[in-house]
Amino acid sequence: MNKPKRTAGAAQHRITARGAMQSAWQTHWRTARESLARLLRTPGATAMTVAVIGIALLLPSGLLLSMDNLRTLSGSLGGVSQISLYLEDEVSQVEAEALSAQLLTRDDIELARYVSPEEGAADFVRYSGLGDILRALEENPLPGVIVLTPAMLDSPAAAALQQELAAQPGVDSVQIDLEWVDRLQRILTLTERASTGLLLILSLAVLFITGNTIRLAIEGRRAEIVVVKLVGGTDSDVALPFLYCGALYGLSGGLAAWVLLMLGLLTLQGPANELLRLYGSDLVIAGPGAGSTILLIAGGTLLGWAGAFISVKQHLAAIEPR
Amino acid sequence: MITFDNVSKRYPGGHQALNQVSFGLEDGEMAFLTGRSGAGKSTLLKLLMVMEKPSQGQIVVDGKNLGRLPHQQIPYYRRRIGVVFQDHQLLFDRSVFENVALPLQIEGYPKHEADRRVRAALDKVGLLKKEKMNPLMLSGGEQQRIGIARAVVNRPRILLADEPTGNLDPELAAEIMHLFEQFNQVGVSMLIASHDLSLITRLQHRILTLDQGELVQDAWQSALPTRQEPHQRSQE
Ligand SMILES: Nc1ncnc2c1ncn2[C@@H]1O[C@H](COP(=O)(O)OP(=O)(O)OP(=O)(O)O)[C@@H](O)[C@H]1O
Ligand SMILES: [Mg+2]
Repeated sequence: MNKPKRTAGAAQHRITARGAMQSAWQTHWRTARESLARLLRTPGATAMTVAVIGIALLLPSGLLLSMDNLRTLSGSLGGVSQISLYLEDEVSQVEAEALSAQLLTRDDIELARYVSPEEGAADFVRYSGLGDILRALEENPLPGVIVLTPAMLDSPAAAALQQELAAQPGVDSVQIDLEWVDRLQRILTLTERASTGLLLILSLAVLFITGNTIRLAIEGRRAEIVVVKLVGGTDSDVALPFLYCGALYGLSGGLAAWVLLMLGLLTLQGPANELLRLYGSDLVIAGPGAGSTILLIAGGTLLGWAGAFISVKQHLAAIEPR
Repeated sequence: MITFDNVSKRYPGGHQALNQVSFGLEDGEMAFLTGRSGAGKSTLLKLLMVMEKPSQGQIVVDGKNLGRLPHQQIPYYRRRIGVVFQDHQLLFDRSVFENVALPLQIEGYPKHEADRRVRAALDKVGLLKKEKMNPLMLSGGEQQRIGIARAVVNRPRILLADEPTGNLDPELAAEIMHLFEQFNQVGVSMLIASHDLSLITRLQHRILTLDQGELVQDAWQSALPTRQEPHQRSQE
């Protein structure tokens, strides 16, 4: 038998550190390209998955965007609200007008107008059409009212003003018409919270969708996984293409959600801005900012990757060459 | 290079595929593994690839005790061993070239270096002209040769082959065996399972014979067919 001299073999070729870096890049780049090509090979199925992910991401992000716009809007409405000062019965017209004039000198009040019980009754008859009821009563039951228009106020400042005014002599009660703005704010907060919940639930849905899609992909590529493991592929070598697939699904889903959001915005923006202008507001409907856009797309990518990761962890280890 | 020490393998079904097998294969040695169908040849090779674990005994390859190889180390161990599988294990969603390039891709060879090696390997098995084709379009023998090219492409120190000439005509089979001898001559240790006795007895190499899971003969072909002292039992 010829005793061999060791001239060939793996030892002969050493992979340098720089070469290894370079090839790691090459591996990632190649895997990304291959994963994309693989997804594009089944355009129908891929489009379906991407659409489902896109819609799941669109719903909460659309809601959150609407909330943002409504909040800006309601903030700007806070200033045009009214305060009604109901006076005690024994306050005379002269006293009331003096009080009204005195209030007008305050910085936080822009307008003050005294409405006497008689004027109030006339208004009531005019606007409600329920004049008969009023006429059936012997006395005019309406109190005198001072209607105030405050300067720009936020809710806490308005509440403070309300307390201060209620303490004025001759004032029976104070009613702030800001309440509905306040109520809107509360509803917005509630809806925002619900949207965040929806965001969490639908994110979970995206996780499951990609996870399941990747599970099917793993099943479909069982033979390949076995061969890669046989020729020395590590678990991460085997997992990499699936992680890229998941990330690509998420990225495309995020992009799809963004495109749909922008389309929706484009169709609604014109009429909505028109409406705002009619109400004398110089506000315009805002789109998602750069930050939100990046968050949406990066979030989608991350969710897709995570879904794939979970799936890979669960199903890949079970496939061993036999 | 390879040491089997009282290795037994019982499959979950209860079948005793290998029974107390002991032998050693030196660095740079070339040996055939023969025996009837079902004798346990593939099982022995699968144990060497850590595709199965022995139920008893220990296997040491290149100083590594396979029983103590941590799970994460298995891929790196496999990279140093070239294997030709009985069922080819090719991927039909890619070209011949890409099939052969797979081990190099996994090891992270730079592309130009990998390309060069793949072409050299394909040239050796005579498939250079078919590198762009899909393995499905090739004959059984050609598919087998793709498997051989893939097994040698990263120049392993150990080459295992399970019926590498099973689908080849006698002439091509002899050619492939000659190719294996060339690898052996540059220092690659070889263990080749084959039941083509007429072919392997013509070659001057050691022959290990399995019968129902037992190593019944370990001899040089010149000593065949008369039974003689085994050339080399295990270390002890
Ligand atoms: N995964 C398995 N589970 C149970 N029994 C198995 C398994 N693999 C092989 N066997 C049994 O072990 C015995 C040896 O099988 P093995 O594949 O090693 O034979 P072989 O010598 O390679 O045969 P052949 O020449 O036909 O390839 C056979 O009887 C087979 O039925
Ligand atoms: Mg076999």
